[in-house]
Amino acid sequence: MEFNFSFEQAIILDPLHVLLLFAVCALGVSFYWFKSKQKPIVPNERMTVNLEAGKSLPDESADSKVADLLQLDPKSALQLLSIFQQEARLLDFLQEDITHFDDAEVGAVARVVHEGGQKVLQQYFQLSPIRSEDEESAVTLAQDEFSAQAIRLTGKVSNQAPFTGVLVHKGWRVAVIKLPKLAEGHDPYIVAPAEVEL
Amino acid sequence: MNASEKSRYVIGIDLGTTHCVMAWVDTLSDADENFGIVDIPQLVSGGVVNHFPQLPSFIYMPGSVEFEDSELALPWGNSSGRIVGDFARKLGIKTPTRLIASAKSWLCHGGSERYQPILPLSAPDDVEKLSPVTAIQQYLQYLQSVWNDAFSEYDFVSQEVVVTIPASFDPLARELTAQALEALGVENFSLLEEPQAALYSWLLEHEQWREQLKVGDVLLVVDIGGGTSDFSLINVQEREGQLELERIAVGNHILLGGDNMDLALAYSMKQQIEQEGHEPLQAWQIQGLTQSCREAKEALLSDDSLQSVPVVVASRGSKLFAKKAVRAELTRSLLEQVVLQGFFPKTSITEHPVTVKRGALVQKGLPYAQDAAITKHLAAFLSQQITSQQITSQQTSQPGSDHNFVQPTKVLFNGGVLKAPQLAHRLIETFNDWLTYAGAEPLEVLDNADLDLAVAKGAAYFGQIRREEGVRIRGGIASTFYIGVESAMPAVPGLAPPLQAVCIAPFGMEEGSAVELEDAEFNLVVGEPVQFRFFGSTVRKEDAVGNVLESWQVAELTELPEIEVVLSEEGYQAGEQVPVTLAAKVTEVGTLELEALSRAGTENWKVALDVRQPA
Repeated sequence: MEFNFSFEQAIILDPLHVLLLFAVCALGVSFYWFKSKQKPIVPNERMTVNLEAGKSLPDESADSKVADLLQLDPKSALQLLSIFQQEARLLDFLQEDITHFDDAEVGAVARVVHEGGQKVLQQYFQLSPIRSEDEESAVTLAQDEFSAQAIRLTGKVSNQAPFTGVLVHKGWRVAVIKLPKLAEGHDPYIVAPAEVEL
Repeated sequence: MNASEKSRYVIGIDLGTTHCVMAWVDTLSDADENFGIVDIPQLVSGGVVNHFPQLPSFIYMPGSVEFEDSELALPWGNSSGRIVGDFARKLGIKTPTRLIASAKSWLCHGGSERYQPILPLSAPDDVEKLSPVTAIQQYLQYLQSVWNDAFSEYDFVSQEVVVTIPASFDPLARELTAQALEALGVENFSLLEEPQAALYSWLLEHEQWREQLKVGDVLLVVDIGGGTSDFSLINVQEREGQLELERIAVGNHILLGGDNMDLALAYSMKQQIEQEGHEPLQAWQIQGLTQSCREAKEALLSDDSLQSVPVVVASRGSKLFAKKAVRAELTRSLLEQVVLQGFFPKTSITEHPVTVKRGALVQKGLPYAQDAAITKHLAAFLSQQITSQQITSQQTSQPGSDHNFVQPTKVLFNGGVLKAPQLAHRLIETFNDWLTYAGAEPLEVLDNADLDLAVAKGAAYFGQIRREEGVRIRGGIASTFYIGVESAMPAVPGLAPPLQAVCIAPFGMEEGSAVELEDAEFNLVVGEPVQFRFFGSTVRKEDAVGNVLESWQVAELTELPEIEVVLSEEGYQAGEQVPVTLAAKVTEVGTLELEALSRAGTENWKVALDVRQPA
């Protein structure tokens, strides 16, 4: 038996799918902590700066242009879903109706999800915060430190740098992502095969 | 070999019992960091390939319907249809009857099983089986494919390859490893003992090592891996004004490692869980528990502030909240009781492992260590080596002292288990208790940066410094070898004539040297196979070639597989008797070769290190 398959290169992951899954995962595992500590967690992936003072809002942009919206290949999202299921049982956890389980039961399962999910993050991603300041402390952003994609301004949003406000969330950026390669014949829609013990 | 023939790369391969690692040195590079670890692509699930620095040493023999061919594809294809590495290990958790594990231990311990297709051990008849030798070859072949995929311009078989082996590997296991490399077509290779490789890696990372290792130092290398523990002693001495390192002793191959600790923890937890009223755990739950205990153990051992870590085994169905979920806490006190007291008890230097004679009916399997206390194995090792003359009196206790043992001044740790600071500290404490009690100074720990990858890195570095004539560890063969000869005495009916052991190769014989057993002459019949009993000793280091032992203590000599010689009929009449002597040679590769020489000196025949049944 001799065969040779070419591999698709590790798919450059579309950030939208990653962010989506992160949000889902963060929501899942934070449930337990949320319940036990009664401290809300903001499931917002961007760094958020709440502005204290600002000037008037800018004019509506005149040159409105039709944006090119990309329909991304779902394979990498499916792959990530599969990894989170395999390592962290994320699908099993989220597909379950947990309203009638008590916190101790949910907590025990959350550990499985958290332990496995953390392993996935460590193995495939290198994450770094976008801002290094302490949250809830004052920050001032000069024009060259500002990027509308990396920093979300809220509150009294001004039009002109420097922006002075309170760092609400420090943000996360994926510095490195290294997902496993998939064989060509692999069906990514099977995120967890059924298992039959003989 | 002239310079132009030397390969650009030296490839170092750590062929571990539980993990393989491949490192390289680029001998043409001027960069400070001219070495690296090869990331090994491997299946992690069906159709999914990922890279890791380690390749778990497992082979899974899938059933014909288990996977579509495309699901097993690797970057270089996969003609064998076998699964090697991470995915093999994962599959084996659920289907252990198709998993090949610990092939390397079989290579060392198996008798005739070394060539017989016996692995996976408990496989049903419809599963293809491999011999331990073929399994080892499979790992090497896999690494060859990895290399050729990553360094396509530098064919694996034309590079210099250094493969590490346990210091305690017997001559046959060394020979078989060499044969596996030859079978792949590797032209230039050598074998290196793992503890020596660990020390080479340390030398590589400490350019100023001469400030840390001084003449008179005795370095103990303690290597505790997933499945085995190995100890070596290395002497620092001076020769012609140069510092010289000499490996002066190696311990026995002990089948005891980190996996045993995880299993011990899992079974203690199982007992605890069942006592709390849980229904008896099933096999898959114990597997999950073992995995979970390993992680909890690592967490507790690396963070002193934790008092307990929860251990959870979720149900295996999609209902995570089913009643079958197992929940428990691994407490620090249980960990201390099981791992620290069980495997690293603070015992005295005089307490050695207890061996109980096993019953006559022992299931076929590996001779796992019976006494789990690693500290006792270490105490036995240090105490047994005291007979060696190579260790000067300065390094041993004063005469008359009741603890007579080799006193190391430095220690180098290696192997995944000793990454846990608590375990390393425990060993250091125990050593220092022994040393202080004997009136010696506490020993100093040499820091090893990466206990998982050091051996492969050291192996590649060894290949490089051998070319440049850098500092080398002298060692030679790690045992003294003997052949068994029946003593000449009048026949006594019903009584086997007593056996004498004749030394045929002395301890420390170096690569490239040869000795002849001149005093003993054997009359061999042409065409008829003749077998000799064969023994090795790691403690009798003074015996010279030709020394005859009339009696010895059981622990001193270990019987190895019988050796065999057949005089070919070429140039002789069948049935003719030819007087021969035996000679031993240590090859440049590091294997032992035995030969029968005709008395006339004109002919020689290879003595096989084993009696191989015709296939």
